[in-house]
Amino acid sequence: MRRATLILLPYLWLLALFLVPFIIVLKISLSDIALAIPPYTPTLDVSEGWRGIRDFFAGLDFENFVFLTTDDLYWKAYISSLKIAFIATFCTLLVGYPIAYGMANAPDHWRPTLMMLVILPFWTSFLIRVYSWMGILSTEGYLNQLLLGMGLISEPLTILNTPVAVYIGIVYTYLPFMILPIYSALERMDGSLLEAAEDLGCSRFKAFWLITVPLSKTGIIAGCFLVFIPTIGEFVIPSLLGGSQTLMIGKVLWEEFFNNRDWPVASAVAVVLLLILIIPIVLFQRNEQKQREAEG
Amino acid sequence: MSQTVFEPWNDPDAKPLIQFKNVTKRFGEFTAIDNQSFDIYEKEFFALLGPSGCGKTTMMRMLAGFETPTEGTILLGGQDIAPFPPNKRAVNMMFQSYALFPHLSVWDNIAFGLKRDGKPKDEIAARVEEMLKLTRLEQFARRKPHQISGGQRQRVALARSLAKAPKLLLLDEPLGALDAKLRQATQFELMDIQEKTGTTFVIVTHDQEEAMTVASRVAVMDNGKIIQADTPQVIYEAPASRYVADFIGDVNLIDGMAEAREGGAVAAPTEPEAAKKAEPEAPTAQEPEAPAADPARRAPQPNERGKWLHDKLFKYILGPREDAPKQLPPPTPEESKASAPVSQADVAAPGGIAIHWAEGQPPIIASNGDPALAGQRVTLAVRPEKLGISKDRPEASNALRGKVIDIAYLGNLSTYHVELANGTMVKAQLANTRRVAQRDITWEDEVWISFRDTAGVVLSE
Repeated sequence: MRRATLILLPYLWLLALFLVPFIIVLKISLSDIALAIPPYTPTLDVSEGWRGIRDFFAGLDFENFVFLTTDDLYWKAYISSLKIAFIATFCTLLVGYPIAYGMANAPDHWRPTLMMLVILPFWTSFLIRVYSWMGILSTEGYLNQLLLGMGLISEPLTILNTPVAVYIGIVYTYLPFMILPIYSALERMDGSLLEAAEDLGCSRFKAFWLITVPLSKTGIIAGCFLVFIPTIGEFVIPSLLGGSQTLMIGKVLWEEFFNNRDWPVASAVAVVLLLILIIPIVLFQRNEQKQREAEG
Repeated sequence: MSQTVFEPWNDPDAKPLIQFKNVTKRFGEFTAIDNQSFDIYEKEFFALLGPSGCGKTTMMRMLAGFETPTEGTILLGGQDIAPFPPNKRAVNMMFQSYALFPHLSVWDNIAFGLKRDGKPKDEIAARVEEMLKLTRLEQFARRKPHQISGGQRQRVALARSLAKAPKLLLLDEPLGALDAKLRQATQFELMDIQEKTGTTFVIVTHDQEEAMTVASRVAVMDNGKIIQADTPQVIYEAPASRYVADFIGDVNLIDGMAEAREGGAVAAPTEPEAAKKAEPEAPTAQEPEAPAADPARRAPQPNERGKWLHDKLFKYILGPREDAPKQLPPPTPEESKASAPVSQADVAAPGGIAIHWAEGQPPIIASNGDPALAGQRVTLAVRPEKLGISKDRPEASNALRGKVIDIAYLGNLSTYHVELANGTMVKAQLANTRRVAQRDITWEDEVWISFRDTAGVVLSE
């Protein structure tokens, strides 16, 4: 009985904070746009009894999902988002792995400080940090001034309002999410494994590649998911740093909701985005579980 | 000694496989290895034994290539190994933690080193199978390290480090993680494998029993120095210093002043004679005959309430209370005789030294002591199992009076802690050839400790 109660708790949490909102979004995505409050029909009218419920379900259709396929803006936005998320995740991994590796190999008394430094940016508002990147990356920004001052470039670089700025913003923002899981995987590793690999004829680099990387695999995967998933739906970074050139699904969603006030289409966009994210995760997890079972 | 005995260290023509030449290793201010020179020969099973922090692991890591000597050179087969990194040395190591790669199967762990050498696939497979067979791991080849037991993991680590057929195998506390029973079995397995493969083994351990069991030679280390390197028998029977005597096994150390004994046949009988004459006075002068230990004093006795309870209630169930404590039956005369430690009359050989260890007590005769030590303070080291203990004065070169303070019953053995006249505690170990109930020596008994004139080793400081 007590165990059932304990298990119930997370399920209630998921039900209230994930499933119920999702069902509401799903319902809106099946509705039609209307000039009303809320801006869609049908709405469930329980006072009409059984007929009201029947009318309500009769009013739902997949029109909005069909609409998404007719306008190539949407699938282009999805593809572009996936591409940006892939590249950004890869860049974050490239930057994050050496940092995590350095942290894991730092002297013991240094580690808490380094950990603190990684987490420190979270203490400032995310929005303010992204804004400050505008100041750094703009044509008259600090970066260009520095490079011009050092004589490395003769005219300012255009970084802000390009995809490069979006990548910089994403890597900067999500770096801690990449570092922490990799760090915890590396930190657990027994140092004598590398000595054993060397003893058995590996060079340092080979030992890193054959031992360290496979053993930090779980950290790498966790870090990549933690960066990839929020990046796909990212809205703030592309709209502040990416300018009008950068097409991302998060931005499209925002415009549908607040500029066009087309809640049903916006909801359909959100549902498709969720499916795009959930399907690979579920497949991946099933694969992991199968592997674990095969190993016994 | 016959030719079949393996002792290359006594053969001046034998070429050592490993030579340490004035090797010093410092970590900052700390000197881990202090100017050491020694040789290890091919096919040897060489043990580095010492307490933690004595430098034995540093010694091993220098051989493996994980540390470089601060001064001096290490030669492997006559070649300086300093320029070779660990992955280029024909030396493999079995780590204390085993360091098995957790993401690889047992098979792949063993094949790891072979694959790095770029050998052909079928050759690798054949070698791995051979190793699996040697370590009896065939049916675990496909398992991951976390799916096998500690003993099996230990064997995988051994197989992996032997797979490349190294000239030298280093074992860092290889059995530390195993329980006592398994450790013993594995020790013999290790010796067996060492013999089969003919590889030179260097083992690092803090367990003296383990070192004695497996090694052909044991090097006892302390503070970065090898104190003594010799066969287990010599280390045990003829330790070169107090430290070695104390570190290996149990030992009684009796300090005293050495006096040269006259050599030759004439002097010999006079000495024990004198000792015998002096004997009767000693106990009376030193300690007035203690009252015979009252066994009842040690037996638990009921208090007033207990007595009352018994008389009122338990008497009817259990019968009347025995005021007299239960006693062991007295030993039969034959049994007493059997327990006498020195069966034949033992006459001390002439020569050597006599050690004056306590005032008013006869000196201890050590006919194997060096007469040159006369006039110096020396320590006599005698192993507990070389001491006899009896109630009557035995015919022995050395017989010392004492009182039993404690008895440790170990099953196969009993260790008697006996306090000698000057307060020195000695341990005497006796095999329990008879059952405890028939033991005639008990706490507080006045006993005689006896040993032969050659039983101990005389150590100067």
